Amino acid sequence: METVINKPNLKKTTKKKTMKEKAHQILGVVPEDAKLSKSYMAVAFIALLIGGFLGLFQGLERAGLLQLPSWFTYYQVLTAHGILLVLVLTAFFTIGYFYAGLSHTLGGLLPQVRKMGWIGFWMKMVGFVVAVIPVLMNEATVLYTFYPPMAASPFFCIGLALIVLGVWVCAFGAFINIAKWRKSNPGKHIPIFAFFATGVFVLLFFGSIGVTVEVVTLIFWSAGLLETINVMVSRTLFWSFGHTLVNIWYLTAVSAWYVIVPKIIGGRRFSDTLTRIVVVLLVITNIPGGFHHQIVDPGMTQALKFLHVFMSLSIAFPSLMTAFAMFYVFERTGRAKGGKGLLGWFKKLPWGDVRFLAPFIAMAAFIPAGAGGIAQTTNQLNQVVHNTMWVVGHFHLTVGTSVILTFFGITYWLIPFLSKRVLTPAMNKVGVIQTIIWTVGMLFMSGAMHYVGLLGSPRRTSYTTYGDHVVALGWDPYMFLLAIGGTLLIVGVLIQVYAVFHMMFFAPKGETEFPIAEPEEEEEKTPMWTDRWGLWIVLMLLVVSMGYVIPLVDLIVNAPPGSPPFRTW
Amino acid sequence: MKMHRYEEIWLALSFGILVIFMLVVGYQTFAMGMGPPSHKETIDPQKVDETAPFDNPGVFQTGDNEYEVVMTLQTFGFTPSNIEIPVGAKVTFTMTSKDVVHGFQVAGTNLNAMVMPGHIQKITQTFKESGEYLILCNEYCGIGHQMMSTTISVK
Repeated sequence: METVINKPNLKKTTKKKTMKEKAHQILGVVPEDAKLSKSYMAVAFIALLIGGFLGLFQGLERAGLLQLPSWFTYYQVLTAHGILLVLVLTAFFTIGYFYAGLSHTLGGLLPQVRKMGWIGFWMKMVGFVVAVIPVLMNEATVLYTFYPPMAASPFFCIGLALIVLGVWVCAFGAFINIAKWRKSNPGKHIPIFAFFATGVFVLLFFGSIGVTVEVVTLIFWSAGLLETINVMVSRTLFWSFGHTLVNIWYLTAVSAWYVIVPKIIGGRRFSDTLTRIVVVLLVITNIPGGFHHQIVDPGMTQALKFLHVFMSLSIAFPSLMTAFAMFYVFERTGRAKGGKGLLGWFKKLPWGDVRFLAPFIAMAAFIPAGAGGIAQTTNQLNQVVHNTMWVVGHFHLTVGTSVILTFFGITYWLIPFLSKRVLTPAMNKVGVIQTIIWTVGMLFMSGAMHYVGLLGSPRRTSYTTYGDHVVALGWDPYMFLLAIGGTLLIVGVLIQVYAVFHMMFFAPKGETEFPIAEPEEEEEKTPMWTDRWGLWIVLMLLVVSMGYVIPLVDLIVNAPPGSPPFRTW
Repeated sequence: MKMHRYEEIWLALSFGILVIFMLVVGYQTFAMGMGPPSHKETIDPQKVDETAPFDNPGVFQTGDNEYEVVMTLQTFGFTPSNIEIPVGAKVTFTMTSKDVVHGFQVAGTNLNAMVMPGHIQKITQTFKESGEYLILCNEYCGIGHQMMSTTISVK
């Protein structure tokens, strides 16, 4: 890719590679790899469709406009909504997207890796079905956090474990493919897209070890083989994963911001070295960030919680680097296109192109979303909003807007690329309208959630006035705004799902490019140490130990007697 | 590695703001006693009713306009409920759960704490203004979660 090979003995293999790359460019996508990624995308957007409707039902219910039936309660709907959107949609999209990109930048997936992609696919599908049946049967109405000692059916936990194992298979598939590429391309940097993929799959694997230990324990406990469980250890293990997961989806979106968007606007991407450093920093600092979900928990000292303010805030730093990089690229590209004056470059950006508009709004949304996140991480401010609707507003702005709008923007070139079709001007217009509807819907919904949360309205609570208490009645107007936002969003979901399947099966045939931007011309060579993933993983594990050894050892050694399983729904 | 001058300035400012955040949080926590509820005391979650002080939940005067509320949380209520205290009272809530995870939140105040089975949680608030405050559970605890509430009347 971008680095020049100067070792003479490598020239031969390089030449061969270039030939292969050229052939690859002419032939476009590898059909078997495209089929794999298309399957992942299809599942992701069916999950969006179902999960979106479940979200609408909740919004209407909370506004007091809809009474959910006793055979499918608010809390069942919420459990399924969480699993479908924060686990299935995101995981399937991420893996489909990165496998497509690995195939493209590494010259096709290895046959055994493609097979692993399929094995992972079916493990996740089976896991999902096994987990969702107890939810539908009201045997696992524990929400997607499944805090013990509420005990779901063991099948629910088995399903979750299968999903995680399926993700691991895909992660190892990616590692194998990247390692093979490095072996046959000595002295070369991992292509930038594959570099992002490495970061994402490293986090997916290491970040989910804690929750896997938890879920396996829960299987034995809810099946009656273990009498009691350590509630705080389970909760701590869960959050070592829970927040990492959303940050992985965020890192996936960031990969498109750095690598894809500059190409779409006709520019070059930001400094290769700094981009790699951002990925590495996000990977190293990420896992202990989840601790800020436990700021008002008992059993942990204020000193420990203060250490974790630092650990959580350190994740903000690479994001602030990203903020600079994005606007740097935009301004440079806009000026190269003839934008004059202080802000003239801004007008030169391709606002009518959904492949740019959607990720741009996603980035813009991350400005308030990130600021809100910094506030929530900070102990005393967290206490004001913990478990209120504010938090729900926060993750609908981060995951629901910054991540998802970027994913939507990606579909308008990735799906045509995979299906050997093209994005028509008409479909582009559909995408622009969809993006605007989504943005307005989220402004209503997330805005109302943030504000009503500050007033004290709790999250994860079905419609209630607490016996017509005057404080609770004051929340109702905001719930109505929330419902308006939710209704707009379901329109957005329908348009998006239509767009995805239209581009997959009905759009006109043709060639679409996988848009990967070139680095800046005058740039100096990226140092090789950026690609030392072994070192980064060691550093990551050190940071994880700093964050988690003290609380986990303390919670295990000084544990109270455990809790038996409860069924409270 | 060469970094753009403006980027250096931007990152220095970003870093500075994060450091100021840390300093403010640390000062509030350790100098002003405003840190989050972090009580470290455990209890057998299956023997809450037999263990002091939870064998006798209620409101107890502990000093000059200072009170302790010994409270258990269970599906789907708070014991004691409908608490009454005088204006200006400094109230410490000592809480534990008899079953699943619950949340303790008083809308319109900074009272917000997780209450876990097996752990005792403490949080303190001075009620300077009179009125009827709403206590609610803010962690999903089961089918009646939305009904789990009570009040504090400050007179």
